[in-house]
Amino acid sequence: MDLHVIGPLATPAERAAVDVVLGPAESGWRGGGRDPGTDGHVARGGHEARGRRDLLLPALHALQDRVGQITQPGLNYVCRRLSVPPAEAYGVATFYALFATKSRPPAVAHVCDDIACRLAGAEQVCADLTRSLGPAGEPARDGTLSWLRSPCLGACELAPAAMLTVAGEAPLRQTIAPIDAAGVIGRLEQAAAFPKAGPGATRAMAPSAATGAPGASGAPGIEAHREAARASVPQAGEPQLQLLRRVGLVDPTSLDDYLANRGYQALEAALAMGPEAVIQEVTESGLVGRGGAAFPTGRKWAAVAAQPAQPHYVVCNADESEPGTFSNRVLMELDPFAVVESMTIAGFATGASKGYLYIRGEYPLAEARIRHAIDAARANGYLGASVTGSPFAFEIEVRRGAGAYICGEETALFESIEGKRGEPRNKPPFPVEVGLFGKPTAVNNVETLVNVLGIVGAGPGGGKRFAEVGSGISTGPKLFCLSGSVGRPGVYEVPFGTTLRQLLELGQGVPGGRQIRAILLGGAAGMFVGADALDTPLTFEGTRAIGATLGSGVVMVFDESADMVGALRRIAAFFRDESCGQCVPCRVGTVRQEELLARLADRVEVRSREQELTLLGEIAQTMRDASICGLGQTASFAIESALRQPELVAL
Amino acid sequence: MSDERRPSTNPSAASRPGPHAGPPNGSPAATLDPPAPGIVYTTPPARASRIPEAPPAPMPARVSLQIDGNTVSVPAGSTILDACRAEGLDIPTLCYLENLTPVNVCRVCVVEVKGARVLAPACSRKVEEGMEVLTESERVQLSRKVVLELLGSSVDTSMAGPREPNGDAARYRQRYGADPSRFGAPAAGAAAHERDDRDPGHHHSPRGPEAALASTVQQPVKVDNNLYVRDYSKCILCYKCVEACGEDAQNTFAIAVAGRGFDARISTEWDAPLPDSACVYCGNCIGVCPTGALMFKSEFDMREAGTWDESAQTTTSTICPYCGVGCAVDLHVQDNQIVKVTSPMDSSVTEGHLCIKGRFGFEFTNTRRD
Repeated sequence: MDLHVIGPLATPAERAAVDVVLGPAESGWRGGGRDPGTDGHVARGGHEARGRRDLLLPALHALQDRVGQITQPGLNYVCRRLSVPPAEAYGVATFYALFATKSRPPAVAHVCDDIACRLAGAEQVCADLTRSLGPAGEPARDGTLSWLRSPCLGACELAPAAMLTVAGEAPLRQTIAPIDAAGVIGRLEQAAAFPKAGPGATRAMAPSAATGAPGASGAPGIEAHREAARASVPQAGEPQLQLLRRVGLVDPTSLDDYLANRGYQALEAALAMGPEAVIQEVTESGLVGRGGAAFPTGRKWAAVAAQPAQPHYVVCNADESEPGTFSNRVLMELDPFAVVESMTIAGFATGASKGYLYIRGEYPLAEARIRHAIDAARANGYLGASVTGSPFAFEIEVRRGAGAYICGEETALFESIEGKRGEPRNKPPFPVEVGLFGKPTAVNNVETLVNVLGIVGAGPGGGKRFAEVGSGISTGPKLFCLSGSVGRPGVYEVPFGTTLRQLLELGQGVPGGRQIRAILLGGAAGMFVGADALDTPLTFEGTRAIGATLGSGVVMVFDESADMVGALRRIAAFFRDESCGQCVPCRVGTVRQEELLARLADRVEVRSREQELTLLGEIAQTMRDASICGLGQTASFAIESALRQPELVAL
Repeated sequence: MSDERRPSTNPSAASRPGPHAGPPNGSPAATLDPPAPGIVYTTPPARASRIPEAPPAPMPARVSLQIDGNTVSVPAGSTILDACRAEGLDIPTLCYLENLTPVNVCRVCVVEVKGARVLAPACSRKVEEGMEVLTESERVQLSRKVVLELLGSSVDTSMAGPREPNGDAARYRQRYGADPSRFGAPAAGAAAHERDDRDPGHHHSPRGPEAALASTVQQPVKVDNNLYVRDYSKCILCYKCVEACGEDAQNTFAIAVAGRGFDARISTEWDAPLPDSACVYCGNCIGVCPTGALMFKSEFDMREAGTWDESAQTTTSTICPYCGVGCAVDLHVQDNQIVKVTSPMDSSVTEGHLCIKGRFGFEFTNTRRD
């Protein structure tokens, strides 16, 4: 392949930003400075550069963070450095919502208008912003700032939420919640006014409720951590907690705190018992994936460990993008060392020496905390060539997503790490055989991994004791993300088998004496149930029995005053936006689903209502049956479930 | 070639006594002995009288499976589509082409595999022992019908065919009773480059009367060079042109899929005109396009002028005169003018692919001095 790049040269700022990720350019061939003395003698092939293709997304992030957009010259420079064809790199850059390939002001507020934030008045915030700043996406205040609508930012317990991104030498990314329009504008103006301010400026701003400053080194003090924890985890500090046991009790930036609270005991136990025994315990525990697919973790690990192909990889799926889900964010923000430790155990068990943690770009604080935890673990011998002095070597690399729900699908996530468009692969082959970089890969969700600490850390028999809680495939503790019309939204840890009613009681029920209209279980890819389902046990089997799904643990409450039709239309729009566009059923089906829903809601049917509903059903079945991946297969679930129950939605 | 066969393929070497003849059994070891001091060969050892045969290819193991209730046996590694075609079953395909890696994105070839939660793409799913496949079950037929409707309502599929733009896809629509008009009248098309300008994750949600119109990919034709045009109103996003331009044939990577979801499109970098892009005009993207979205400028102009008439065309199969590779070319001639050039997909030299000279280097024959 001949690399063919057109257009002007990248600016020094763009080159500097990319060089931070890729190192300095070796020669003029690579887009570096011309040196007639050496350029004729450079013999480094494109193969070597292409071997670093997986650094494409980090390099694009560097450009976006530095100049607020990806320009053609900037992209060209990345292409020359990595020997990536510009057309392909452009295809990648235009796939991710957080990359701007058009001119955009440096300071942008991404305002969440998704289902949970809608219930908390996000549309009002958007209307106020339109009045003050103009329509979404338009530059305001002399082109210094702008605002955009965003899908769920995973801060539903504090809704409504927004994420600020301010490009510059010291880029700022920050989630603020709860927000109002005036607060967002104030923050934006403040940030835009000091584009060159160092990280100190981040802390100078008023701290937000829980997802405040990304500076992990900021050390806000234990009291601030406790307060943040209580805002997101109402149960914080209660003695029965397993997964959330350290939340609110430790400083999440302190390895010493972690060690003083049973930190790294599980890893030590694992190293002592050996990889087979670790897999044995995890298998006996009955632990299944918490991301929604409920695949047995022990079986996945055993399959990877048994693969002859080398190397093996461990991937932590922290691309928690299902609307209404935020438990992984809370774990990573408030107990990041637990995620690092459990990934290390997964690597030990599956024979991997490299792990990737793929975190969504909308989680700046969680990313900072995780990066800090990894650095601290490495500095203290818990990661590296010899983990705690044993022969086991393990390293973790963090990769940041860039605004694509589809990258939570495991094979799309691999593609994204590899520096490509997040398009899911066809399965089989499954990741345990052909995963990241074509190698056997164990990919687990954050919550699933953290469960392993309790299983392995309890020593021999820990798996059996774990399995004593719950029933069937639903064993152990489970995190639920309670949001919407409840007194105390937040992450709740309950044993499997707890009923929906009990969970809502923990969350202090619906405020103001209002009645429950509907409850969304499992997020946008989940199902709506009515108040008659309150006594359903929250297990995989229990929810399946009533034709619903547990999904990723979303429990979103809609009271009688909620705009149900608006919520359905938002869900339809969400899937229309987030479909990767690869296969026809999902690419066109999500568009037609949104149109049909709008026709029914706005009374502009093309044919009789009955025929329109039949058509909607046929699209739903085709997406479910013929789509490549889980996104298309579940894109109709919530809408279909609501339309099946006319008492929930009066369309 | 095994050592045991060597004497028989070289009988003269064994029978004719030479200055350094080996033992009568012709042991190869003997011929390798260094010549005795002072002896110099004057003639080389005799050669084999015929070209040795390649060793027989190992037969792949065979796999038995059931297709629509009939037990069939196919070589391991075959796809369900291979197995069905061997049985003479007509499985519809759009994004599949024999000479490209299957991308399984159009989903019209889906079949039901018993025990699986969802349907499987026949074009890429490998057969497994004991698999039970249903090629025309109710679920399969519904999915194919709706997929054809989704495509038909959003894309101009008037010319689309399974292998080439010959309009054969209409046959599928008829077979499955697909009626794209169920989604409403088509909405107004986009202005030039408007679709290329869309941002991922943001779209205009239909409200009120506009919801009664079906969104399409309709847009003006891109004509930016004299060799071929790109009419993305006809593009079903089968990825074939991207594969042919990149890894599967040309290794040029001038085009890729950009954007996301319904706004995904085939694009050069930054939607640059083709002459500015990395395109080398091999035209292999035209050769694999099943919908007529990519078309010779000559054909496009004649169609616009209403003079394109396939019934008046002849096809001459010949060899490209430009270099020594010897690519097979089919010259499509109308009114004594070469109007387009293709290469047969089953040619062992080209596998259907050509370069700019074979594909477009015929213009001079159309410019004659009277």
